[in-house]
Amino acid sequence: MGEKRSRGLRKWVNLLLVIPCIAALWTPFYNSVEPRYFGIPFFYMWQLVWIWLGAGITWVVYVVAWRGGDE
Amino acid sequence: MGRLCCRLARGRRVSATANPVSIGIFLTLFLLILSLGFFASRWKKGNLHHLDEWGLGGRRFGPLIVWFLLGGDLYTAYTFVALPALMYASGGAGFFAVPYSIAVFPLVFAVFPKVWKICADNGYVTAADLVEGLFRNRVLALMIALTGIVATMPYLSLQLVGLEAVFGGLGLHASTTLFGHDVEFPLLLAFAVMAGFTYNSGIRAPAIMAIAKDILIYTTLIACIVVIPAKLGGYGAMFDAVPADKIIIPPTPENSLGPQFAYATLALGGALGLFLYPHALTGLLSASSRDAIRRNAVFMPIYAFMLALLLLLGFMALAAGVKDLPEYGDGFARFGDIYAVPALLNQMFPAWFVGVAFAAIAIGALIPGAIMSIAAANLFTRNIYRSFIRPDCSAEHETLVAKIFSLVVKAGALGFVTFFPETSVVQLQLIGGIWMCQTLPAVLMGIYLKWLHPIALLAGWIAGMTAGTLMANATDFKASVYTLDIFGLEVPCYSAVSALVINIGVTLLLSAVLRPFRSSVALTPSVAE
Repeated sequence: MGEKRSRGLRKWVNLLLVIPCIAALWTPFYNSVEPRYFGIPFFYMWQLVWIWLGAGITWVVYVVAWRGGDE
Repeated sequence: MGRLCCRLARGRRVSATANPVSIGIFLTLFLLILSLGFFASRWKKGNLHHLDEWGLGGRRFGPLIVWFLLGGDLYTAYTFVALPALMYASGGAGFFAVPYSIAVFPLVFAVFPKVWKICADNGYVTAADLVEGLFRNRVLALMIALTGIVATMPYLSLQLVGLEAVFGGLGLHASTTLFGHDVEFPLLLAFAVMAGFTYNSGIRAPAIMAIAKDILIYTTLIACIVVIPAKLGGYGAMFDAVPADKIIIPPTPENSLGPQFAYATLALGGALGLFLYPHALTGLLSASSRDAIRRNAVFMPIYAFMLALLLLLGFMALAAGVKDLPEYGDGFARFGDIYAVPALLNQMFPAWFVGVAFAAIAIGALIPGAIMSIAAANLFTRNIYRSFIRPDCSAEHETLVAKIFSLVVKAGALGFVTFFPETSVVQLQLIGGIWMCQTLPAVLMGIYLKWLHPIALLAGWIAGMTAGTLMANATDFKASVYTLDIFGLEVPCYSAVSALVINIGVTLLLSAVLRPFRSSVALTPSVAE
């Protein structure tokens, strides 16, 4: 709160947001049936897990760079 | 109740699925939640004769309300029936809505707080307001507004298609013939009620209803993912029911980027286009602060996870083999694959729970329906009526025009599904998505690149719209993916994305050429950091 976060820091931390986009859009990472987890093919497991990882990364960006520093 | 459910059109058999318990529970919940919509005008009380209040709730919704509102707004009834139906018909390739949802919220986090700020500081209600403010060009703003209205109309109509599938699943079927077309009474009634509460309470109505709807939807989905796989013998058995060549994206052929590229561009185009849609932007602009938008970008993925589970209902319907069961033959004949989810719910759950689930989906049609008509009305009023017809109208008059236009939009959507075949509504929605993406340079690039020239943006928009329409036309408006031939390499790409590339190219190139002629920057609105 007290300290003023520089625009530079925000810009760099915001770049983390690109990670979930790449993980979701680069299909060669995940277009396979095996390995299965709990009977669920990898193709589905990867995308299901990345929903939460994406949210987690967005949360980290929020906490590190934005929370409380802006109305 | 009996009278309601079994008044049938001439010549139709009684639907095998009609069950008084389901219908009773459904109607009770449905009416209860609808009545919330009428009381909504008293909530966070504001002067409803003001467009900012009627159309954006005074920009006073905190993070939690926005979360519910956007969830109700983006995950619509048509989504609930059509996306699982896509999985049901085409397998893993239909799962692209999930990477699309993964990519869209980081984008919202990075870009939309800034959009909100400019709009709130300058009193903008629509994307076209923003564009007119940034570029001082009424024609460009008009084109943005028209694109929004035209793309929203078929989307609104599709909510009715979703609603029809629910009524069909319940066996609630009562119609009369008008000019040779079936007019469904339950649909007409539900729509009239929606028109009433929208007119009366504006965006407060869908916001408050979204909370109640979500409770029902989450209950339904949790029940689905626990009960149905258990009945089918586990998730493994469910995926085994999917044909082996459909479980993931098909392999890449020689000299082609293949279906995987198409999958990625569908996800990317969806993510880029989503918040350009007037109803989605309206939801965001009703937030009370930039912080509310950022927090939503963090927590919206909960809906994305729900969506992913929902898509799997398509596979559950495959595993349950609902299409081969005689009692659902009528439904599949009438609605096609979008009947898969209603049939699955009927098959798997006791009658009372079917009523709960269908009430959730039906309300899920009315919430986005209300927001879409409000958003289209905002566009018409601000960027057509006030810009070109009555520039000096009072705030009260402006709001009245918006309220009336919201009724006109809904009547139009209802007429559309009644008098045109459903396939043409789906085709229009497809082309609408391609068109909507073409507003991206003016709306989103404009806030970062001040040197873009309005004439260049207009030319880019025309190029993108033309290219997108031609590509869609080449597939007879049946497929959103068009295969480009780039030096012998086949590139199957979502037409919205390839048209957008052309659009951005033209915009940047012409802006560079026209840069010396850019008018004074002193006119641009306050863009505070």
